[in-house]
Amino acid sequence: MSAGTALVDIRGLTVDFGSLRAVDGVDLRLEAGERLGIVGESGSGKSVTMLALMQLVGAPGVVRADKLEFLGRDLLELSARERRAVIGRDMAMVFQDALSALNPSYTVGAQIAEVLREHLGLRGAAARARVLELLELVEIPDAKRRADAYPHQLSGGMNQRVMIAMAIACSPRLLIADEPTTALDVTIQAQIMALLLRLSTEQGMGLVMITHDLAVVAELTQRVAVMYAGQLVEEGAVPALFDAPRHPYTEALLAAIPEHNRGAARLQALPGIVPGAHDRPAGCLLAPRCAYAVERCRAERPPLAAGVRCFLPRGEPKP
Amino acid sequence: MAAAPASPWRESWRSFAANRGALAALGVFALIALAALLAPWLAPHDPVLQYRDHMLAPPMWADGGSRAFPLGTDELGRDMLSRLLWGGRISLGLGLASVLLSMLPGVLLGLVAAFHQHALAPVIMRVMDVMLALPSLLLAICVITVLGPGLANTAIAIAIGALPGFTRLARAAALAEIGRDYVTASRLAGAGTGRLMFAAVLPNCMAPLIVNASLSFSSAILSAAGLGFLGLGVQAPLAEWGTMLATARDYMERAGWVVTLPGLAILVSVLAVNLIGDGLRDALDPKLKRAA
Amino acid sequence: MLQFLFKRLAALLPTLVGVTLVAFGLIRLVPGDPIEIMMGERGLDAQTHAEVAHRLGLDRPLWAQYLHYVNQLVHGDLGQSLVSHAPVADEFKVLFPATVELAGFALLLAIVLGLLLGLLASLKRGSWLDQGVMSLATIGYSIPVFWWGLILIMFFSVDLSWTPVAGRIAVEYDVPRVTGFMLVDTLLSGEPGAFGSAVSHLLLPGLVLGTSTLAVIARMTRSSMLEVLREDYVRTARAKGLSSTRVLVVHALRNALIPVLTVVGLQTGSLLAGAVLTETIFSWPGIGKWLIDAISRRDYPVVQAGILISALTFIAVNLGVDLLYGVVNPRMRSNH
Repeated sequence: MSAGTALVDIRGLTVDFGSLRAVDGVDLRLEAGERLGIVGESGSGKSVTMLALMQLVGAPGVVRADKLEFLGRDLLELSARERRAVIGRDMAMVFQDALSALNPSYTVGAQIAEVLREHLGLRGAAARARVLELLELVEIPDAKRRADAYPHQLSGGMNQRVMIAMAIACSPRLLIADEPTTALDVTIQAQIMALLLRLSTEQGMGLVMITHDLAVVAELTQRVAVMYAGQLVEEGAVPALFDAPRHPYTEALLAAIPEHNRGAARLQALPGIVPGAHDRPAGCLLAPRCAYAVERCRAERPPLAAGVRCFLPRGEPKP
Repeated sequence: MAAAPASPWRESWRSFAANRGALAALGVFALIALAALLAPWLAPHDPVLQYRDHMLAPPMWADGGSRAFPLGTDELGRDMLSRLLWGGRISLGLGLASVLLSMLPGVLLGLVAAFHQHALAPVIMRVMDVMLALPSLLLAICVITVLGPGLANTAIAIAIGALPGFTRLARAAALAEIGRDYVTASRLAGAGTGRLMFAAVLPNCMAPLIVNASLSFSSAILSAAGLGFLGLGVQAPLAEWGTMLATARDYMERAGWVVTLPGLAILVSVLAVNLIGDGLRDALDPKLKRAA
Repeated sequence: MLQFLFKRLAALLPTLVGVTLVAFGLIRLVPGDPIEIMMGERGLDAQTHAEVAHRLGLDRPLWAQYLHYVNQLVHGDLGQSLVSHAPVADEFKVLFPATVELAGFALLLAIVLGLLLGLLASLKRGSWLDQGVMSLATIGYSIPVFWWGLILIMFFSVDLSWTPVAGRIAVEYDVPRVTGFMLVDTLLSGEPGAFGSAVSHLLLPGLVLGTSTLAVIARMTRSSMLEVLREDYVRTARAKGLSSTRVLVVHALRNALIPVLTVVGLQTGSLLAGAVLTETIFSWPGIGKWLIDAISRRDYPVVQAGILISALTFIAVNLGVDLLYGVVNPRMRSNH
């Protein structure tokens, strides 16, 4: 890890919804221009973590953190107005279902122009020009006509591009993409991912890719963080983590990929289910389902050490 | 191991009961219905009997009031309490009658329209459109103009006003069900239209129909009172609450109770039924649909 | 847009025909001899009977009579009042603006206050304000309008003498009739105090008539806002760093109002019905009171005209709402 101001520095992030702990003590750091993937199944807390960073967690959620820094400033200490100046401008988010994430009553052009007006003060012809520029940047053909279309008149892939255009409108330092391709066809998925990669490398923009699809992570990101039941369980560089997973959960994720199960009658899967609000284990959260769990695992919570949260990381000689 | 899930009706009742407002309203309504039912025994006097010596007597808690007339008397010396109780019979009876008279044919027509999309539906729905072109009170007034005023005609008039609403609702609900797989399966298994209509589709349409029935009930009470007030509905000396208010207007200043009490009776009854309807809407819709 | 309008009008044609049939048939359905009913007299001798029948065209086949009736309608002839013998259309022209003014004011009041209260309730969900507003709203649409009017008259006019009891303007003012809308005519007349008098006469009836609609709009706005606030695009708007006000008004409210619009269309029906009752209580000289008086006096041509006009007004308003809905909800428009 290089010294100096990181793009994002999160320490001890916790998000509670009543008695449900959605995010449990997550530490995350991102350097400028870096591409990070966050993987996990539904309910792992991967989306909520980034929503907390974007200050989009509303009541009844409670966000607590030792540090929630973006570009060196602690977001939790900013006033509402200061926060609003950052969000949508230097830090932006793209969501999963683009059609429902866009306002059905305004044209896509108007919705992009809104960001330009709010953060850059652009109006009229200047705003319009920039809107068309952005639409072309995200590879939407016939930008002039499309800018005056309503979301329901565009395809899923195009709406997603519009969302991306809206997010990069002010040249943000960080773009967070929450499962941006899950609702799309495979061919469109590939195009959107290529677009995100290009934008990130060309503009030096940090990218956080939240997904449950390991293939996406492998192709797009440099580092990946694996989350389980609200905790960060493993973190590492991309090819290395997939070649040699250290946390049993990561190992299980990789083992369940269809490509790794050729010829088998069933996909390998961990027995049991993710703990809910009322049955969180006292020890390691994976212990009830883990084939390698020993007494210590059931009794104590393992800390995050050298990028893995496990007393008995795989591939390491037993002490 | 969890117990077997409760039937949708039980679950619906539980969620209805959790709504305190609706539950309280149900209690109040039960009291009103009971009072109306037992009016012949509860009423201290004959509702049409005029006590010439006690015209405009105040309620018993005011100056000049007496126990003999607990809620006072009206401008012709008739006991208010008795008239209110008997009026309850009329209002609730009218409500029930008009709901039945509109719901049964209305739902039938709606189902027929849903099952005969191309043949009968256009005709039926056009007729309903014409009926819906008039606000229901005005439609009722039309019917009264032709049939003349009175208790029975009021029920018919209100029912005719409410009919198109049920038809439209039943048709829409039925059409939604007809598109579903279990109906296609039933049809392939050889079920005839009649069986499909009543055994398969209708039970699954009940939720919105029940909610509409309760709102129709409260609307009927208001319409009956309105017609009575205009002199077009239930005729004096029958003690319908709206009819009571028609003549009460002139005595607003010196005998306020003659105006306040019948109106309060209408308000409380309608409010109770509306709250029950709200509770039904919240409790029924998702539950019964899920059971299908 | 024009295409949409024509399509809707074409779809409405059968309904319009149906409505004229109902109005036409009304007199003929009333028990008794139609000629005696039309003349308002009984026991006519045979010759007068035949003369009148011929004059009124009642000796022709029914379909011919109907066509004649429609022809008259198209030319603006609504027949003659049996009581005053004046053309119904003339009486109607004088009275209609009064009802429109009353209903229009009631609707305006209901929309403004209803939206405001519904919005506040949705923002402070579960609070005392929310529960209070919703309870009042439920009472508001459960209350019989004519009784509500009586109670308010008792309180404000009789006990407090804050508002007048009846009529559109105090008797001492003689305002020349220009548009038929008292608020406009008083301003045009320039008479001091006339406008104020017109307003004070409009307040109570307008409030009474608008209460039920206000309640329904408040409830609808609240539930619509609560749904919209849960939508993804509201989160996106917040993610763009927009101010709370902007998110609320430009993004949320804009979409929440769409279902409220359809409710407003339906409510005009109950406003028309309510106007009949309200005008009776406040002695407001509009078509509602005219209709009721006509029924009790068996002035059937007036009843016929009143019903027809009410239906046409309701249809027209709903058509307007349909068109507005297409403007306001882009999803209703056809694709490029």
